[in-house]
Order: sequence, then structure tokens, then C-alpha cells
Amino acid sequence: MSDSRLDLLQGTLDLMVLQTLLAMGSLHGYGIARRIEQVSGNQVLLNQGTIYASLVRLEQRGWIRSKWGISENNRKAKFYSITNTGKRQLAEDSRYWQRLTSVMERMFAMGPTADEEPGEL
Amino acid sequence: MNGAKRLRGRVWAFFAKRALDVELEAEFEAHLQIAIDDNVDHGMSPAEARRQALIDFGGVQQAREKQREARGLMQIDILAQDLKYTVRKLMRDPAFTAVALLILTLAIGANIAVFSVVNTIMLRPLPFPNAQELVWIAPPPAKCGLSCATYSTDAYDEFRVGSRSYQDVTGYFAFSQPGNLRLSVGNGIPVPATSIDVIQNFFQVLGVYPAMGRLFNADDARPGSAPVIVLTDAWWRRQFAADPNIIGKAFDINGRQTTVIGVLPRTFDFGAVFSPGAKIDALTPLSLYGEPRSWGNIITFIGRLNPGVTLAQARQEAAVVAPSMCHNNRNPQSCGSYKTPVPVPLKDYVSGRLQRSLVVLWCAVGMILLIACVNLSNLLLARAAARSKEFAMRLALGAGRGRLVRQLLTESMVLSAIGALFGLALAVILLTWLAHQGSIALPLLSQLSIDGATLAWTLLTATASAIVFGLVPGLRIASGNPQESLKDSSAGSGLGRKHERLRSILVVTEVALACVLLVGAGLLLRSFMHVLDVDLGFQPERAAAIKVDFEDNAQTPDARATKRIVAYQQILNRVSALPGVEAAGITDYLPLEQNRSWGIPFPKGVRRPEKLNAGPLVYVITPGYLRAMGTAIRGRDFTWDDGPRKEVVVMINQSYAHFLAEYAHWPNNDAIGQVLDGGGRDIRVVGVTNDVHEETVEGEAGWQIYYPAMQEGPIGAELVVRTTLPPGELASSVLGTLRELNPNQPAAEFKPIGMLVDHANSPRRFFMMLVGAFALLGLLLAALGIYGVISYSVTRRTQEIGIRMALGAHAGLIQRQVLSQSLWLVTIGIAVGAAGSVATAHLVSSLLYATSPWDAATYCAIAAALFAVALVSGYMPARRASNINPLVALRAE
Repeated sequence: MSDSRLDLLQGTLDLMVLQTLLAMGSLHGYGIARRIEQVSGNQVLLNQGTIYASLVRLEQRGWIRSKWGISENNRKAKFYSITNTGKRQLAEDSRYWQRLTSVMERMFAMGPTADEEPGEL
Repeated sequence: MNGAKRLRGRVWAFFAKRALDVELEAEFEAHLQIAIDDNVDHGMSPAEARRQALIDFGGVQQAREKQREARGLMQIDILAQDLKYTVRKLMRDPAFTAVALLILTLAIGANIAVFSVVNTIMLRPLPFPNAQELVWIAPPPAKCGLSCATYSTDAYDEFRVGSRSYQDVTGYFAFSQPGNLRLSVGNGIPVPATSIDVIQNFFQVLGVYPAMGRLFNADDARPGSAPVIVLTDAWWRRQFAADPNIIGKAFDINGRQTTVIGVLPRTFDFGAVFSPGAKIDALTPLSLYGEPRSWGNIITFIGRLNPGVTLAQARQEAAVVAPSMCHNNRNPQSCGSYKTPVPVPLKDYVSGRLQRSLVVLWCAVGMILLIACVNLSNLLLARAAARSKEFAMRLALGAGRGRLVRQLLTESMVLSAIGALFGLALAVILLTWLAHQGSIALPLLSQLSIDGATLAWTLLTATASAIVFGLVPGLRIASGNPQESLKDSSAGSGLGRKHERLRSILVVTEVALACVLLVGAGLLLRSFMHVLDVDLGFQPERAAAIKVDFEDNAQTPDARATKRIVAYQQILNRVSALPGVEAAGITDYLPLEQNRSWGIPFPKGVRRPEKLNAGPLVYVITPGYLRAMGTAIRGRDFTWDDGPRKEVVVMINQSYAHFLAEYAHWPNNDAIGQVLDGGGRDIRVVGVTNDVHEETVEGEAGWQIYYPAMQEGPIGAELVVRTTLPPGELASSVLGTLRELNPNQPAAEFKPIGMLVDHANSPRRFFMMLVGAFALLGLLLAALGIYGVISYSVTRRTQEIGIRMALGAHAGLIQRQVLSQSLWLVTIGIAVGAAGSVATAHLVSSLLYATSPWDAATYCAIAAALFAVALVSGYMPARRASNINPLVALRAE
């Protein structure tokens, strides 16, 4: 099963976290991790614990901020939300990603596809 | 901005570690709880929900580490861990730590101190602003002492006005005598002090500003102007209790009310720059157009070059100016007699001669550091061998090799940092002591201090040595095979053996380095012995000199001479009568101090050769002086009958007599009784004296001529006394007698003649002692190294030795074998070291006196010493080996 899951490219997790927070507003660590898993259709290989390294990194950069609060089922949890700088950064990074993916698409559209192991990147 | 923010976050995270960890744990806890709640909501049993939540979360510890790594300064974290571990480890092994720190303290301390000396004397510019512009201007060297190294006041004027290369030229009176000031305060005994007469622009040219008051101006130097004086910081503090209101006060100095106009800054030390080893208390203005104008060559030149002017240009210009320089403007014949003055950087004049000695010293101390590093490497290897299982275990548990090397390097860094701190303290003590050694004739010693450059050097030495001595053991450990070490339960196998080979190589290196050092020190020591053995032409033992004050104020030279003779005769009669006095006499200059020459008296009726740049050094003496000095005379000594109106008589030394006799073809080559032409008057040679080393102990004796004080005017008077008692015991009775005769006699120092010789030899002694001390330290370290290796090898082979003894080998055989191992190491070390010494012989050869750099005796003595050390340091382990009880040895493990 793990074979068919995607390994994350360097830096993509940070971007996913930012995008999730932009879309969902304030979320706790578990929420972010679940959301990423759900959106990716469980295709991303994510140890949920690793999200915390990403969160602390983003917070130190000032792209997200955190606050302790109470979750919907009454648990004390730390909630993260995106900052304005974070939004700008995300806009910049997503533009870059879109350019890159469109270039990659055109590359692959170029000729006969290898098309053996679609899971490999 | 972003980066800075992040860094700030990281640094904060580093310090707030505990709080952040607690928070992270809380967050993890919340995460799991919410996940479990979620899973339960999806219909899992609580146990299953928890299991699934943990699976999804992944490795908790991993997540924790990753988060810490992302948030904080991981490298520093590791460093802190290593430091903590190192300190604990070092505390647990106090013997090792103490030995290692002792070695490092000595080696680094010596290095800091020597660097500071080298930096102060050789590397740093002189303590004047834009010191690179300053030049020393002197005639090319000639064999007639100070008189041929100086210029007349008229020549100074001409050179200063005629040269365009300089911002200004200044100079000082080169013949100022120690104790030339007599300061009378109240009715007490006058205090002797030393001042130098300088040309009034001296301080402007050097760029020295007063700490208080003002320095000299042109008015101060006019003939007949009121006497003024500038005090040095040291004298102001010592003699005048640092009186803040001293400016404008007048004191009785040499019988005249002299006004203090300024105090020099602490940083200006005339003696340290221009006359090493002499203590200068004050400076006084030299009157260029007064009396000194008729004194001949008296001034040394110092110039400050215009910016952009090169030495070569200044030299070219000097060649143009020289022909118009006159010895005396009133005597046109004396014009153009000066050889072209040669400007050299002042720094070269001050410390150029010492460069080679300093380089050798620096090398020697560097070798000590190297030996210390090798030694520590060895100690650490032994420790590492003992810890090899610990390291193997850590490797097996997944520690990276890099991490282990890092741990070991941290250990050596910590050792070396502590060693450097202690070393710095040691260096401060050494330097403070050295800076107060006024009697060592080395320039700038009083300026020694720990400055920024020295601190930087300390850091560099400490780091470099930590890497050097930490890396070998570190790499050794890291390259080991953990499996082998873990299996290696007995001390006699694999890794142990490899360690031993490496350690033997280290010891051989140590012995070789120590050998090179010892040979160097041995050669310097032998040179020093040769220097002490030099026949100086006088006997310094049991002779002492004291500066005498006397009155000879009178109108005419004749009247002055009469007064002087009376004073001298009184003094000598009274002093000779003191118990313990064998002989007494008075001279104006002592050997190895100052000197002068008055041209060359030539045999009467013989044509002078065209070119002669030597002139005999002149001494004006009383009867009995040469006997007091222990200088032998052939012919006769002066007598009091050689009075002012009698035939002018002189004594000359052998070399001069020999030269004259050869040149004039005197019968029997004998100078006695011959008549010389002494500038228009006849002078008769009545005695030929031994050659006296008047300028240097080591150099060749030059020419000397002695005039009787009854017929020539002396400059000052030094009473020399030869005693049957130690000179110190006579000091008070001699001074008492002098004071009875002349209440103005200052409390001058009663200085043994041996002190003059010591002073002249002090730079050589200084270098010899230091290199010798380093060599002994090197020998000690090498001995320690040999002992360590042999001792370790005995421990490792305990079982083997036990078996052999059980099989019948007797104690003597075992001892011999252990000792031979030690001797073998030393033999290789000596071979390598001797080769190294021969290869580096050229470095020391110029420092040697009457000693070959390949001196066989020195080499043999050093080899013997090293073998002796090898025997001694091998003996203890050998004894231990032969005392091994086979039963105990075999039962062990």
C-alpha cells in the first residue's frame, strides 16, 4: 500500500500547510494533517507527527501564528492561522508551482509516455 | 529580514528549550486525544482508536527531534552535550587532566610570552606615529667607536638644511654618561640620575607629545638660556612622587636651578629604543651653538622621511650632501671629510641585529608546542585505547563516526582552551617580570604587554594545537572496527597493537624534536661558555666602579688640570688606604660602555697612509687605573710626575702598537720609547697594554690609546677599585670616603665591573637561557612520552610476560627486553633528530660564537643525555615488568 503513496518533495509540506490554513482559517495540528490527507485522497505519505517541524518553521518565519484554544470536542489544542506575510508568500509560491507544473505537463506531453509506473515521480 | 527573524526565533528556542519541549509535548498529547476522539467517532473501539492514532502519528521521538531541529540550534545543542560530557569525563580522570593541562599551560604560556617578545621587538612598528618614516642616519661602520658613528653640530646643521628628503632631522648627544645629573634636594645626599641631551626638535620628529607641560623649543637650546628639563614618567613617579603640580618648579640639578617644563608620557622610553638596558630619567636640550660646537663628533642623527620618499632616494641625496658637511665650519680643511651618511629604517637599527635570535627563539618555542601536542596526542591515544569499547558500543548503537570525532575534538578543544587560559596567566607573569628586567640589553622590553595581537595568537595556538593533538586519536578511533573492539577483550590483540605502533611513532617524533631543540640549546650554551672564556684584557672579578663627582671649575685648562690632579690624588690616596683595597684608579670611560676617538696619532716623521678609517679609542686615566682593572702593561704606567708641563706620554694597546711598529719599521717592532705625532705635539709611548675588549665581548679588540688625566681633560670620572673583599662590602666605605672629600658626591651606584660584562652578554644569555629552558622542557616531555609508551606496552603484555616468566625467563632478561625497547625508540629518535639538527644548522650558525654548528661534542653530549633519559624513563616500567607475578598475571581476566 505504501508503494502507491506519494513521498513529499522537499518544501511541499510547508506549502500544503499554508494552503490548508488559507482555506480553512484556524486549525490545530491534527486538523491540518487530516485535511491534507483527505484532500490528497490519502495519497500523501504523511506521518502526522512530522507536521510539527513544518509548523514551527513557518511560525518562526512569521508566515503563520499560533494560539492555544479549545477544539470542537472540548480539548485544549494549539490553533494555527495564516498571517498576511504568509498569504503573500503562499501566493508567490503557488504561482511558482503552477508555472513549474505547467512546464512539466508540457514536457510530458511532448512525446510517447514511459507510462509504466504512474506512481513514481 | 526573514532570515534574521528566523535566526532570532532559533536562538530564542535554543534558550527556551525546556518550555518549548513542554509545550510540544502538550501539543502532541492534544493531537493524539483529538485523533482518538475522531477515530472513536468513526466507530472504532477506544483501544483500536488509540492504536490507529499512534500509527498515523508516526514515530513520536522522531517527530520530536525533527521539530527541535527545525526550531532551534541543533549544532549548539550537540556542542553543549559534548561539553557537558567532556567536563564530566575530565573530572573523572583528574591525574590525566592535571598532566595534560600542565603540559598545555607550559607550552602555550611559553608560546604566548615569546610571541609577545617577538611581536614587540620585531613585528610591531616602533612606538611612534608613522614609525615607518623614521630613519637612523649614521656613517658606514668604522673601527673607531662612537666617535666614528656620530657627527659634529656643524655637520648636523649642514645635513639638515641640505637634505630635502626629510620632514626634519634631529639627533641626540651620544656621549651622555650614566649618572650625569646630580639632583640635590634640601641638605640630603645628592641623587644621581641620567639625562640625555637632545636637539630641541627631537620630540617633534619622533611625534611624542608631553603628558604634562611642554617639550623643548628653540629658545631652550640657545646658549645661555635658563636650564630646563623634561622628566620621564618613571622618574617623575619615583623621584617626585608623581607631583601633579611639578611643571614650573625648579630644582638644584648639577648646581643650577633647573626648571621642569614637562613630563613625558608613560609610553615614551628613551632607553628602550635607543640604548637598551639603560635607564634614562630625564631629557635636556642640547645647545648646538654653545660649547658642544667644539666637541667634535657627538650627535647621532634621526630623520623623518617625507611621505613617498624612499630610502634609496634618501641615500642618493645623502651622497650629494656629504661633501659639503664640515667637521668644523671654521676649518675649511675639515669639509668633505665625512663618508656618505647611510639612512636605515630606525626599526632596523633598533632590532635588526636581533632578528635571527628572535626567529630561532620563536622556532624553539614552536617546537615545544609541537612536542607538547605530540605528547598529548599520545596521552589521548592511551585514553582512547582504554575507551575503545565505549566508542565501539556507541558506533554499534548508531552514532556517526563524525559525531565521535567531534566528541574527541571537543575534548581536546576544552583541554586546550583551559590550557590557554592558564598559559595566558603564565605569560602575563613572565612578561611582567621581563618588562622589569632593566638590565637585559634588549630593546623595547619595557613595552611588553598582552595586546590584541597576542590574544589573537593565543587563540590561534590553542585552536591549532587542539586540532593537532585531538585529530590523530580521533581519526584513529573513528577508523576502528567496532566489532573487533567489542570482541577484543584481552589487552593483547589487534587494536592495542595498532595503537602501540602509532604511539611509538609519536614518541620517536617527540624524541627527534627534543633532540633538535637540545642540540640548538647545547650549541648556544657552548657559545656562551666560549664568550665567558674570552680574554677581555681586564679582570672583571673583584673590581668595581663608582662614578665620582669632582670640582674642576677654573678659568684656564692648566688651572683646571691642577685642581683635578689634587682632587684625584686625594681620592686615590684615601680610597687606597681603605682596608681590602688592592688598587685604585680613575678613568673617564669604562670598557664596554661608551668610547670615543680623537684621530690617529702616527709615528713621527712617517708619511700617513691615504685611507685609514680606524682611530684608537681614547681613555683618559690616572696612574693605577690599569692595575685596578687588571690590564697588564709592558713598559711603565703613568706616574703623578707626568704633569701638565712635562713631556706628553701615552700608553697604547698591543694591536695598535703592532700596527704602528710594522708600518714605521721600528727596531724590534717595539713601540716603547717611540714618539708619535699627536696633532702638532710630540707624544711618547711609555707603555704597551693588553688589548681590551672595549666595545663588545665577542668582537675583536680594536686600537686603544691611554692619556694621563694630568695632561688631557677627561669627561667625567669613574673610580675603579680592585679589592680582596667582595665589592659589595666596600660600597659604603668607598662612598663614605668620597662624600667626606666632596659633600656633593651623589649616592652613585657601586657597580661591579663584572656587571658591565654581564650587561654586554645579556642578550646572548637571555636567548641561551630561554632556548635552554625550552630544550629541558622538551626533554622532560619526551621522557614522559617514552615512559607512557613503554609502560603501556608492559601493561598490555602482562600476560605474555607472566607466561614467559612461568616458563623460566628470569627478571633480568625481562628488564633488559623492556629497556631495549625504550632505547630502540630513542635511537631512532636521535637519528632523525640529529639529521634534523644538521639540516637546520644554518639557522643557528650565525648566533654561535667560536662554535661549529656541527660541534661533535655537543651532539655526543645530547645523544648521551637522551639515552640516559631513555634508561631512566624505561627503568620504571622495566622494573614493574620484572616484578610481575606469573600466577597473578595468568589469573587476571
